[in-house]
Amino acid sequence: MKMKLLFALLSVAVTLPAHAALNVLACEPEWGALAQELGGDKVKVANATTALQDPHRIEARPSLIARARNAELLVCTGAELEIGWLPILLRESGNSAIQPGQPGNFEATRYVPLLEKPQRLDRSEGDVHAAGNPHIQTDPRNIALVADALSKTLATVDAANAAYYQARYAEFKTRWTAAIGRWEAQAAPLKGTAIVVQHKAYPYLENWLGLKEVAALEPKPGVEPSVASLTAVLTKLKVTPAKMVIRSAYNDSRASEWLAQRAGIPAVELPFTVGGTPEASDLYGLYGDTVNRLLKATKP
Amino acid sequence: MKRTLIASGILMMLGTSAHAADDLQTIRNEIEQMKASYEARIQSLEARLAKAEAATRQADAKAVQADAKAQQANTKAEQASEVAAVAAQPAPSRENAFNPAISLILAGTATHSSLSPSTYKIGGFIPSGGEVAPNARGFSLGESELAISANVDPDYRGNFVLAMAPDNTVGIENAFIQTLGLGHGLTASAGRFYSGIGYLNSIHAHAWDFTDAPLVYKSFLGNQYADDGVQVTWLAPTESLLVELGAEIGSGRSFPATARDKNGSVAGALYAHVGGDYDESNSWRAGVSFLGAGPQNRNYADTDASGVATSNDFSGKSQTWIGDFVWKWAPYGNATVHSFKLQGEYMRRNETGDLTCTGGACSGVPGAYQSTQSGWYLQGVYQFMPHWRVGLRHDRLDSGSIEFGAGLNPADFPILAAYNPSRNTVMFDYSPSEFSRFRVQYARDESRPAESDNQFALQYIMSLGAHGAHTF
Repeated sequence: MKMKLLFALLSVAVTLPAHAALNVLACEPEWGALAQELGGDKVKVANATTALQDPHRIEARPSLIARARNAELLVCTGAELEIGWLPILLRESGNSAIQPGQPGNFEATRYVPLLEKPQRLDRSEGDVHAAGNPHIQTDPRNIALVADALSKTLATVDAANAAYYQARYAEFKTRWTAAIGRWEAQAAPLKGTAIVVQHKAYPYLENWLGLKEVAALEPKPGVEPSVASLTAVLTKLKVTPAKMVIRSAYNDSRASEWLAQRAGIPAVELPFTVGGTPEASDLYGLYGDTVNRLLKATKP
Repeated sequence: MKRTLIASGILMMLGTSAHAADDLQTIRNEIEQMKASYEARIQSLEARLAKAEAATRQADAKAVQADAKAQQANTKAEQASEVAAVAAQPAPSRENAFNPAISLILAGTATHSSLSPSTYKIGGFIPSGGEVAPNARGFSLGESELAISANVDPDYRGNFVLAMAPDNTVGIENAFIQTLGLGHGLTASAGRFYSGIGYLNSIHAHAWDFTDAPLVYKSFLGNQYADDGVQVTWLAPTESLLVELGAEIGSGRSFPATARDKNGSVAGALYAHVGGDYDESNSWRAGVSFLGAGPQNRNYADTDASGVATSNDFSGKSQTWIGDFVWKWAPYGNATVHSFKLQGEYMRRNETGDLTCTGGACSGVPGAYQSTQSGWYLQGVYQFMPHWRVGLRHDRLDSGSIEFGAGLNPADFPILAAYNPSRNTVMFDYSPSEFSRFRVQYARDESRPAESDNQFALQYIMSLGAHGAHTF
């Protein structure tokens, strides 16, 4: 009986029709959105995480293992951001197409020059990533670099639609370049603005818009802020004042609100990725809303 | 100015050669002509100079433009090479570049218990022979666990876990190879591994939510079932609902099986797990497992009716069924601040065979033995603020029915006297980071039929080295 059931299941597996669309599993929503932009209706995208979840701390949930099993392309950040859960998905998926080294295993950080490469690799420094800061999606110019590589990967993995992906990429590139120009013009007044961040998640945004990070609420990356560390930041702000304190949508708001109240500066919640705020419903909304929220905070 | 100078110079030269007054007019005329001609030439020269100057200016401008273009090209080239460099990730030339991931778990406990762990037994159940007794009283070192793992080549991965017990003995906890994506959802492993049965069985002790295993694990699986053998798992091609089927066969080296001098497998397991997300905040997994074994001369120590020490052996068939489920909640799937985990497992075991006893009144009387026993636990762990969790666990076992054959006197097997052990545990833990945890735990343990044991434990668990990844 058991064997019969097993064979029945196996035959179902074998006779499943070939996928009309390429199954893409994105580790973070920004890559899901990018894959959708480039893949159009030739891809079926699922996101492993949402903007309200801390990408460092995801569990290898059963649903994710099921999705990894069927994925034909895995699009992740890399640089050890997903080290706590992605290895389990890969190991348990029984899926050869998305294993490291295969074209179906795409790591965005491989195509972007990383900032903040740690000088000292030691856990006493907190949750540091050996390859550099992995939060590359806060600079749209990085999206452009990744888009170029991802369109090529799409064309490799799904060669039948290579021309389609190339065409979509060309179109995306034009629109994206124009959008970056718009955002940069809008964000010009932000240049040189001093900010405090909750987690060291924004070096790429700071680099892009010329923001100046004067302090971080987390005493070490990945270590929750304590009253002591917050007080230290508050003292520092008296010497080097900042215009605002920034947190990501998934961050607990208490630390930044605590500081904002005492330092008399606004606390700004940034989407951090697609879906982080209602306005950041796609990649364009992500940067548009980020710039808007920053601009709003600088106005008295 | 220049012109006057030239003219006067010429005049002087001519003046020295002027000898006739009538020639003077001629000379004047000539001078006038020369002057005119020089002026014309000088004008033409000036024009040419101006032209040349303009041309130079244009050339300069073009050169500047060219420079700018070159610079642009350079930056583009730099960018390109940067990207290329990042993409290429220059290979480290160090000899140890291919060293596997190594991590070490350090753990220690301070225990206070009202009864000595050396008298520990679970009433109504055949002792499993595993390390089931509570920690030694006072200070004790926990198991130090050294884990080494890496991909062997593009097709295989190897994993090795060495457990160093506080008494300075070393045991191989895991040593297995695993395929990396056979495709079609298949994964095969070979070596020594924790069986995939139940929920907690495949999870290493340092990742448990309490300092010790549930009573069902202690009495039905000797704490944790690990075998030497092969395992195959298959994932159904479902979209977001996990359906996993697994099968194992092995040497039967651990309870409830025993190793035997026999070709082929001695113990085998089959299991199925189903899991998924109810919504963004809730996810779950449930499973059914079966473990079948044919133990031979599985030995345990007891006393007979008159208190003489005996050594008993069971040979026959042992079948264990396990039902397990786990449910996890975190607001929007973000477990940083609040989370809750509820897990429970039910086990039922049938054993049919012969029980023989040596050393006491029952010596040399082989008799039939048949038992059906069960047990379960339910535990909940709640994270009420970042880093802090509190947990409750209830354990209950039912010694069920034990039938002794004609030759055996139940009084000669006092440990199997009907009894329903239970235990209640509360724990509280603090994890300063992903890599460290401190725990305090209290249990009221009624495993022993006569008296209950109050157990307090303080524990630390730290992991250093490679970042581990934990299963759901």
